[in-house]
Amino acid sequence: MNPPIQTPSRPETLEELMLQALAMEREAVERYSELADMMQAHNNRDVAELFHKMAGYEQHHVDHILKDMSWPADKATPRYAGVWTAPDGPEVVPIEEMHYLMQPWHALQLALAAEQRAHDFFDALVRNAANDTIRRAAEEMRAEEAEHIELVRAWMEKVPQPDSDWAADPDPPRYID
Amino acid sequence: MNDMAESAALAAADYKSGYKPVWCPGCGDYGVLGAVTRALAILQRPPHEVAVVSGIGCSSRIPAYTSCYGFHGVHGRALAAGTGLKVARPDLTVIVAGGDGDGYSIGGNHFLHACRRNVDLTYIVMDNHVYGMTKGQASPTTEPDWDSKLAPGGTGVRSFHPLVIALAAGANFIARAFSGDSGGAAEIIAQAIRHPGFSFVEVMSPCVTFRPEQKDWKQSVRRTGVPETGDPAQAARRIMTDDGFNIGVLYAGDRPVYARERAATVTPAELEAEFAL
Ligand SMILES: Cc1ncc(C[n+]2csc(CCOP(=O)(O)OP(=O)(O)O)c2C)c(N)n1
Ligand code: SF4
Repeated sequence: MNPPIQTPSRPETLEELMLQALAMEREAVERYSELADMMQAHNNRDVAELFHKMAGYEQHHVDHILKDMSWPADKATPRYAGVWTAPDGPEVVPIEEMHYLMQPWHALQLALAAEQRAHDFFDALVRNAANDTIRRAAEEMRAEEAEHIELVRAWMEKVPQPDSDWAADPDPPRYID
Repeated sequence: MNDMAESAALAAADYKSGYKPVWCPGCGDYGVLGAVTRALAILQRPPHEVAVVSGIGCSSRIPAYTSCYGFHGVHGRALAAGTGLKVARPDLTVIVAGGDGDGYSIGGNHFLHACRRNVDLTYIVMDNHVYGMTKGQASPTTEPDWDSKLAPGGTGVRSFHPLVIALAAGANFIARAFSGDSGGAAEIIAQAIRHPGFSFVEVMSPCVTFRPEQKDWKQSVRRTGVPETGDPAQAARRIMTDDGFNIGVLYAGDRPVYARERAATVTPAELEAEFAL
């Protein structure tokens, strides 16, 4: 979206920072689960399973934040507005990038980009931190995202690269080209 | 940030049914479903006090994916059914939803008169400038030069301008939203539901299968930089002169809302008795 919808709000307290992080991780869980359902409905089981796994990883992050902050599981998070610079949270894979014939490699490529955005988000918070407590917490989360990036990269090594005609469908839904 | 804190009582997920959408992966309608459920969570309206009424089309599948009351009706007749429902049950929050084919083609006449009647309901059109469900025919909002096998060289017919038509016909709230900005769309839909009278929200919702180029809308849309207006003349100027990519509330008026003047004189049972065989 152009120009950015909102400027990011700079957290002034540790609680504000962690609320932003919680909202971001929850959005990622929700989106990965939604993408998994989409793929399941179209019988693309490999990618559905992959997205379910990604949702699980993000849920670990949610649980981690809740535990660290001693918050209940249903802790209310900020509603949309004022938090992200783009319409979706940084760690969210855009819906319109989905394709019913996509392969795990494509899904991982999108996940990698999402992890990178999350890393950059925390990196920006480190650089603009209001105080040392916030900086340290943001650094910790940036490091976790860096770990995720490596994990996804390693995963990509293990899945086959798609052929150039991966999207070819002998019975395509559209006949208007 | 505190003013944005969401009450934890009802979350967006509580407004989703157990049915998984069968829309194409990547379809904008997923974002609209997310926006509607988030809007209801903002309003904290219990699902049993909300009815979602639709016509026919991919987008019109939406009632089944919510946990609210739903009516997946007849092509082009969603507004007629929704209007009747709201007049009979003013206690319900009525959301009517569907596509540009459903609402502006076969349902075009209902659209005009629903604006004119100004009954207190919210109409969400998921506009992808095409008939998705029936495989890619041009709709009233399709660009005249959109070239396809079904309309070689384009239809050559001027596109319908739903926002300015709604304004001229009497709608009390007019907004444009974007499915790729589900959170922003939720805020707009919540405002539309709160606003009295006929609220019309045109959501740009890409059809990735028949109009894959609409994925680029994400790069073009922007929040309208100007505050909303209640002046129809100013709103008309804005709507007519924008490029179709400004999202936000374009008109919020105070036109008289339809109010039922008389109480019902017969009960539903008495009405049914007349049709008994
Ligand atoms: C009375 C009647 N006429 C025609 C149809 C065929 N039909 C089904 S959906 C549709 C158009 C759908 O387009 P739109 O409302 O834009 O929804 P989309 O599928 O794009 O979401 C048509 C013409 C029908 N179901 N009923
Ligand atoms: S055909 Fe188009 S409108 Fe219908 S579900 Fe697919 S992408 Fe969405």
